[in-house]
Amino acid sequence: MSYVANTADQRREMLRMLGCSLDDLFAVIPPQLRAATLNLPSGRSEHEVRRILEVLSRRNRSEMLSFLGGGFYDHYIPAAVDAVIRRGEFTTAYTPYQPEASQGTLQAVYEFQSAVCRLTGMEVANASLYDGGTALFEAAMMALRVTRRRRIIVDKAVNPIYRKMLCSYTGNLEIELCECPCTGGRTDRQVLARHLDDQAAAVIVQNPSFFGCLDDFTDVAQMAHDVGALLIVSCYPVSLGILKTPGEMGADIATAEGQCLGLPLSFGGPYLGLMATRQKLVRKMPGRIAGRTVDADGRQAFALILQAREQHVRRAKATSNICTNESLCALGALVYLTVLGKAGLAETAELCASKAAYARQRLLAVPGVTARFDAPIFNEFVVDLPQPAADVINHLIEHGFAAGFPLSRYYDGMENSMLVAVTEKRTKQEIGKLAETLEEVLWS
Amino acid sequence: MTQGQNVPDDLSYTEDHEWIRLDGDVAVVGITDHAQQALGEITYVDPPPVGTAVEQGDELAAVESAKAAADVYAPLSGTVSEVNAALDDAPETVNEDPYGAGWICKLQGASAADLDSLLSADQYRDLLAKEPA
Repeated sequence: MSYVANTADQRREMLRMLGCSLDDLFAVIPPQLRAATLNLPSGRSEHEVRRILEVLSRRNRSEMLSFLGGGFYDHYIPAAVDAVIRRGEFTTAYTPYQPEASQGTLQAVYEFQSAVCRLTGMEVANASLYDGGTALFEAAMMALRVTRRRRIIVDKAVNPIYRKMLCSYTGNLEIELCECPCTGGRTDRQVLARHLDDQAAAVIVQNPSFFGCLDDFTDVAQMAHDVGALLIVSCYPVSLGILKTPGEMGADIATAEGQCLGLPLSFGGPYLGLMATRQKLVRKMPGRIAGRTVDADGRQAFALILQAREQHVRRAKATSNICTNESLCALGALVYLTVLGKAGLAETAELCASKAAYARQRLLAVPGVTARFDAPIFNEFVVDLPQPAADVINHLIEHGFAAGFPLSRYYDGMENSMLVAVTEKRTKQEIGKLAETLEEVLWS
Repeated sequence: MTQGQNVPDDLSYTEDHEWIRLDGDVAVVGITDHAQQALGEITYVDPPPVGTAVEQGDELAAVESAKAAADVYAPLSGTVSEVNAALDDAPETVNEDPYGAGWICKLQGASAADLDSLLSADQYRDLLAKEPA
């Protein structure tokens, strides 16, 4: 389908037929909401645009050694990922879903769902959502539908970016969002118990926590289920190569940001939301679902299934009005998981964990640097610095390090705290150099 | 009789194609032959939890077919006292026996005022006659 904008003549003709002006058409939009100007420069040549973009792209600092995490991680991306997703059959502007024409896409979606189920230990997964944050929001909405209750309890150790998204999305809905302070970087069971009663639709927790601390939510699942609430666990897919899965903990819904599975870090995405749940809740789950069946001749075939949940059938009462998925990113994640395999994912996770343990030890050996939390970690941890973390991080940028995330941005009383993440890509030398440079920045 | 036109005399009806059978102070609720015919092959019935209190006109249950989904509205105010668990495994029962084994749920404590607002079999037949074929 070629994209042809309508011409000025065509617009005039349409308006003449309608018998009104362009302003008349926009009159229903309150004046204060109308854009005064779109601030669009006049047309440029391809050559000029290219030059502008090249200058812009040079402002990227992709050469820095990254110890940044907080939900998005610098993992190695095997060349096979790009090789597959850049095939013309897959790279389309819109995911084709017609089973008559799109068996390849639908099979890929089905296999992606199967991979997400195996990864999370859950029974059913959807074809993906926009990102980890929207997946968590959709999980919360799903819990409201399942329980017919209005209160969502969110642990403060859940990624603050996701919590902010939850607040924005639920701002105009009749939903009571209740944030529970955490202790020692992890979910505080006593605080949770005080908030949890038979009005709660769900408890949302995260593993590892935003501070990198590991937890086992088996007991929290029990606490939630005892009052008829669901447990929603936001997780880090790569860590599931070695950690107890949300399914094993008794979670009702697992969500995750899938960027770590073969997708590049880029400001604003596109990223990938994962969501999986129990079979008995599948009809309350949002998102597309591909299923495997047989065609009229008995051959394996794939098609979208359970579409009565979706807005083209269910209209206003659909499980969600986000009716698309991140198919290309999901395919990337599928290729990543397939190339690594179960053993490869476990090996990657182990490398992350052991390198993070080494980095933690090296950073804590720097005079004045102390551990914030004692809990076991996966590949991310918090150190307290003798100076405001944001300043130190800025200094380290000049030395070529994206050393970590200043927690003061989202948490009170953490002015000097820095969240550091280590992936399998970081070498022993790079970690050593970070520790040496940090010492230099702090003490010279 | 044409399929989709069966309207038993001993039941009450709503304009939304629910039927009601009063059994003491319990009202058994289902969808009519016409409704099951219009929906086509029913694949899932989502019943309300037992104990849910509903007002007349509230959403009571949802019925999904291969190509559509429809809400079942509470024909009367009351409390859900029982749901037809057999539909979990055999939702097509609603197609096969809409007025019998295909009942959806039971409501307890209906008010007399609500009962007056329901349609008789004759009134419901008139309604169907006016529906576009």
